[in-house]
Amino acid sequence: MFRIVLTIAILATAAPAWAELPVAITYLRLEVDRPPVLSNLDPVPEDLGIAGAEIAIADTQTTGSFLGHSYSLTLASIPPGGELTTAAREALKTSRLILIDADPATILSVADLPEAQGALLFNVSSGAENLRSGDCRANLLHTIPEDAARTDALMQVLQRKQWQTTVLVTGSHPADQAFAEALRRSATKFGITIAAEKDWTFDTDLRESTMDEIPRFTEGFPDHDVILVADETDDFGRYIEHNAWLPRPVAGSDGMVPTAWAPVIESWGAVQLQNRFEDHALRPMRGLDYAAWAAIRAIGEAVTRTGSSDPATLRAFLLNPDFQMDGFKGRGLSFRAWNGQLRQPIAVVNSRALVTLAPVEGFLHQRNEMDTLGLDEPESACTAFKGAP
Amino acid sequence: MIRLLLLTLLATPTLADEIWVTNEKDDTISVIDTATLEVTRTIPTGERPRGITFSHDYSRVYICASDSDTVQVMDPATGEILHELPSGEDPEQFVLHPDDKHLWIANEDDAVTTVVDVDSRKVVAQINVGIEPEGMGVSPDGAIVVTTSETTNMAHWIDTRTHQIIANTLVDSRPRHAEFTASELWVSSEVGGTVTVFDVATKAEKAKIRFAIPGVNDDLIQPVGFEFTPDQSTAFVALGPANHVAVINMQTHEVETYILVGRRVWHMAFNRDHSQLFTTNGVSGDVTVIDVASRSALKSIKVGRFPWGAAFRPTE
Repeated sequence: MFRIVLTIAILATAAPAWAELPVAITYLRLEVDRPPVLSNLDPVPEDLGIAGAEIAIADTQTTGSFLGHSYSLTLASIPPGGELTTAAREALKTSRLILIDADPATILSVADLPEAQGALLFNVSSGAENLRSGDCRANLLHTIPEDAARTDALMQVLQRKQWQTTVLVTGSHPADQAFAEALRRSATKFGITIAAEKDWTFDTDLRESTMDEIPRFTEGFPDHDVILVADETDDFGRYIEHNAWLPRPVAGSDGMVPTAWAPVIESWGAVQLQNRFEDHALRPMRGLDYAAWAAIRAIGEAVTRTGSSDPATLRAFLLNPDFQMDGFKGRGLSFRAWNGQLRQPIAVVNSRALVTLAPVEGFLHQRNEMDTLGLDEPESACTAFKGAP
Repeated sequence: MIRLLLLTLLATPTLADEIWVTNEKDDTISVIDTATLEVTRTIPTGERPRGITFSHDYSRVYICASDSDTVQVMDPATGEILHELPSGEDPEQFVLHPDDKHLWIANEDDAVTTVVDVDSRKVVAQINVGIEPEGMGVSPDGAIVVTTSETTNMAHWIDTRTHQIIANTLVDSRPRHAEFTASELWVSSEVGGTVTVFDVATKAEKAKIRFAIPGVNDDLIQPVGFEFTPDQSTAFVALGPANHVAVINMQTHEVETYILVGRRVWHMAFNRDHSQLFTTNGVSGDVTVIDVASRSALKSIKVGRFPWGAAFRPTE
């Protein structure tokens, strides 16, 4: 049941004379059965997320080897439908720093384990709003951006370009519905109109008939500047652009996409990270890889500066307003004190280039411009982070 | 005012000195005449030229051609590449040792510092340092070289005789540049937004310089390159996307003023008498000329795409 797929224990290269500080981190994953999608062009990598964690451990260990800190990463990956909480209990016996790659309900069930109290958990996979609001947990930080941060970033770009009228096509999966809801809220927030909506219910094989089906599907839309697609399983979105009735750009889950990370980010030293990642994983780095990378880099930064591996000490350090970490996105990253979300720029990209890095210039905030993206303090119902850490 | 200054410059017996600027995204060097403040030559280089420095007699110029994985040695008079040095992978910045014989090179993609003998054209040593080494500084007596590593957030102090690391000191996030004074080491931290000053004798932190510009968000204040006046009274620090250069009193470590320059200001070089400072502005693709005495920008000079490094060359 509890299978350790791989264990990386990197020993400090220059073993110092003083006592080593071991820092044990576990990557806990509940595998998912992915629904079939129309195209086979972009399979989801087996090591999605994990490869990001591995590269971060290697990055962090170089600092550790100069300081006598010894990092280890253990992977516990449970097959679809398995009990992640059992694996979590086991892992928490030896590792008090856990990355969780699972659905929102499972993440909460791990965070609520008696064994998890006093541990420090990082959500690296779920953008669900409730985890940052009413269902937040004091022992749970988030390095993957919430859906709202991504959709806010997209709407800032549309507003900046004055592409203010949109239509929305939504897929049938729960993740599609959740993303569509985030798009609607962000559209309202930034003054973008969604003039019409349609649900994607087709069951034909679009690889054969996109030229015929998509124009008819989109013909009835009122005039618009952009077609939004909510297709988080990467099913039909790729077929909309250049096939719609009107020649309009596509944005959302396809076309112009807001994301934590993409291979097209090359400024701010990002090429170095992309190169290290591709040398290691033999594929481009994605958003979930970045979230896992950021979680371990945050742990490493806190261990480096505090000389401790105690979860409470590290948590207090990470939530301190002075904390700043480099994330290769041009601004220092930090954690929001009200819900434990990593404050970060969102890349708005197409398949070939970065369109821009949000926050878009001109969207101002009294505290930090990055807080124009996602749940700001007054919008979050989270109370678990109030008071003493 | 500006015209008057220019006239004055033109009236001075022309020395025709030059500032050499590497254009990272054009694979060229723009040569600026310090008298006319015009680009007089554009010289092709290897791929992605960044760090640039001259030999002590100015007979050779060394260029980090990062994506060509080499350091090119050029004849500055003709622009001809004389030969290439084995630099290790992805050389970004380097420093020429006071012996005029050894280049100490940061290999950004490889987490090593490479020491190359420029005469024998051989690698003398490679030293393992932190991830993404970039900043390179050498002490005036040549005894210590410091490499800063951007992801490891450390200054690695290397004994130049033994090629061993003798100390590692933590600095703020993403250190970019390192320079020694007679008794201090200065290190800029791009994401941390600070400059840390170390006492060289004790290797202990002595001061931390912070910046604040009205109307500019703190997280856009990203210190990168800097230069000291020869009397070591004043430091000029490029603040990246804040589009300003900070002027620092080196005795008090206080910021005295900020000078508005081009977009994403990166590195800089003085002219012969240190009356003017030339800053490379990556995003706006130009060089700002600062009048040192009045601490104001005189002129912008269009160069190539993403100007990165700058170095002074006297021509007589």
